[in-house]
Amino acid sequence: MKSRFFPLIVSFVVFALLYAFAYSRFSSFGSMRVVCNLLRNYAYLGIPAIGVTFVILSGGIDLSPGAVIAFTGVFCALMIERHDMHPLVAFTIILTIGTLFGAMIGVFVYYFKIPSFIATLSGMFLARGGAYVLTTDSISIRHPFYADVSKIVYVFPDGGRFTFAAGAFVAVVILGVFLAHYTRFGRNVYAMGGNETGAMLLGVPLGRTTISIYALSSFLATFAGIVLSLSKRSGDSTIANGAELDIITGVVIGGTLLTGGVGYVIGTFIGILVPGVIHTYLTLDGSLTPWWIKIIVGLLLFIFIVLQKLLSRQYTFFKPLRLPIRGKAKAEV
Amino acid sequence: MRESFIPRLRQKFTSNANWYNNRAVWTVLALITIIAVNRIISPNFFQIKMVNDRLIGSPINILDGAAPILLLSIGMTLVIATEGVDLSVGAVMAISAAVGVVMINKHEAGATEFYYQPAFVILAALAAGALCGLWNGILVAFLDIQPIVATLILMTSGRGIAQMITDGQSPTFTNDTLAFIGRGVIFGLPFTIYLYVGMLILTIILVRRTAIGLLVESVGINDRASFYAGINAALVKVLVYVVSGVCAAIAGLVMAGEVKSADPHKNGEWAELDAILAVVIGGTALSGGRFSLVLSAVGALIIQSLLTGLYVSDLHPTANLVVKALVVLLVLLIQSTEFRYYVSRLFRTKTLARLIRSKA
Repeated sequence: MKSRFFPLIVSFVVFALLYAFAYSRFSSFGSMRVVCNLLRNYAYLGIPAIGVTFVILSGGIDLSPGAVIAFTGVFCALMIERHDMHPLVAFTIILTIGTLFGAMIGVFVYYFKIPSFIATLSGMFLARGGAYVLTTDSISIRHPFYADVSKIVYVFPDGGRFTFAAGAFVAVVILGVFLAHYTRFGRNVYAMGGNETGAMLLGVPLGRTTISIYALSSFLATFAGIVLSLSKRSGDSTIANGAELDIITGVVIGGTLLTGGVGYVIGTFIGILVPGVIHTYLTLDGSLTPWWIKIIVGLLLFIFIVLQKLLSRQYTFFKPLRLPIRGKAKAEV
Repeated sequence: MRESFIPRLRQKFTSNANWYNNRAVWTVLALITIIAVNRIISPNFFQIKMVNDRLIGSPINILDGAAPILLLSIGMTLVIATEGVDLSVGAVMAISAAVGVVMINKHEAGATEFYYQPAFVILAALAAGALCGLWNGILVAFLDIQPIVATLILMTSGRGIAQMITDGQSPTFTNDTLAFIGRGVIFGLPFTIYLYVGMLILTIILVRRTAIGLLVESVGINDRASFYAGINAALVKVLVYVVSGVCAAIAGLVMAGEVKSADPHKNGEWAELDAILAVVIGGTALSGGRFSLVLSAVGALIIQSLLTGLYVSDLHPTANLVVKALVVLLVLLIQSTEFRYYVSRLFRTKTLARLIRSKA
């Protein structure tokens, strides 16, 4: 078995163990109801996480999705309720704005060489600030289109409702896997993350790829904002606060290395659902206090990372800094 | 780091002979500009009054309000100089404040054990911060986990730990010693100013008068080469994370002292991002290497004076974040060598002539 799959396998195994443990305590975990709720509740984190996975695979990081989600929600609510715009028109506009916003971050990262951490951090302030400027109220949306969308649902025999949000999440994951492994763009992303100079010498168009990656990430964050807006039927500028943290945690649990070049989109799908399973379990249990969720997720993150180190033979326990080659050529500072 | 794609750019824009390549110039210029704009917005910006033995005025407010970011930026500069980053400082602030306040409340409630004495409580809070730093340092140095991920662990779980310590509450306190850290006054100036100036000078002496600063820069530029050169690179890394943890603990106590309570959610919220921003604005590259503690402090002052300027201006408070983002982006762009190159190219006659010709 190839060692590069180990982190992914670890993620799958731990997820399966966790789910089996939860199932052994609460048999409702076996029903489609819990599964569908998981997919629905975590769609707004999972959809942008696919985009962030691409950014991280290319060696960058994206802190802006949470703020972009909030901006999207507020924008849609404002346009639909206060300016009588049809939702589909509003969605088209906001998706364009979101994509351009991501492209702008890409330009900053590639052409002006601002580190992606800082560039997307500024982007996060900008988007969150933009949401505050639009309105600080919580606006509920009463457009009939929203009611129509909520009727798109597949009901399983046991009452599990596979909603539009869940469907969108699954669709984005499938598209993400396709994009990462079956297109030229995906190959370019992996090449860039593995070794940027090498990728450039192989003829990867770095500028175009970088800008596309950030544009894609922002596009998906905007789409997640729309999905959230559709399911919440309101726009609130404080929504998805700290979502970027959950997203990055999910990507890391999914086995993607933050140094870039290593990881799988499908891993992110699992990684996002792991905290979801814990959350559902603790909610059903009810005896544990809410702060345990944070502590357990942190602990799990730690276990995941150490396991991945061990299994991918990257560990250097007590042999500090006899590092395996991380894949990135170290240039002068 | 990406190879520069324009060779000419390298020559002209990296030569130290040109004044505009000095990283101090742009940072200090940005601070002066922001303060000048503040002065234009509010004409009595520089007025300082003496009220009840306490100096009051916008400049004092800036210096006082910048304390938490400034303290964090000291540790963060060292961490970033070793090519790391510490995302957990905000959570560590919450933890140390929770430890301090919970312990001091035992003292107030009449516990006479020596370890509930205020001085010991402060030490315990600092020790909690150091412990958090040690955890981060061990993960980064010995388990070889990427700094972002390693500190992310404490960032996610830290606030949970703080909540666990305070039992989910946001306890308030009345003890004067602990409150003094956040709101004390000495000779008319807030105690926080003395605190961080002292801390800054102490750290500068520690890193520049001994070899530590050199070792930190060396590890930041290439940890492997440093290891082969005989530097205990792992120890250096652990040290900087511990310093960062202690700085965060002090900042946490300052925040707790200001509001006389320890809120596990609000204490140090987004502080890590502001601290990293301050360091980057101060010209220390995220890719490690040379660093400047003083310029990071200037970076922190930039962020705080921007905030104070926004408070005194007539601008609606909802616009604060947007203005902050735009100014920060502008400062970052001005500091970007590539950006200055593109801008300067526009003003060159040759290019201009070519542009005009192509338009015609």
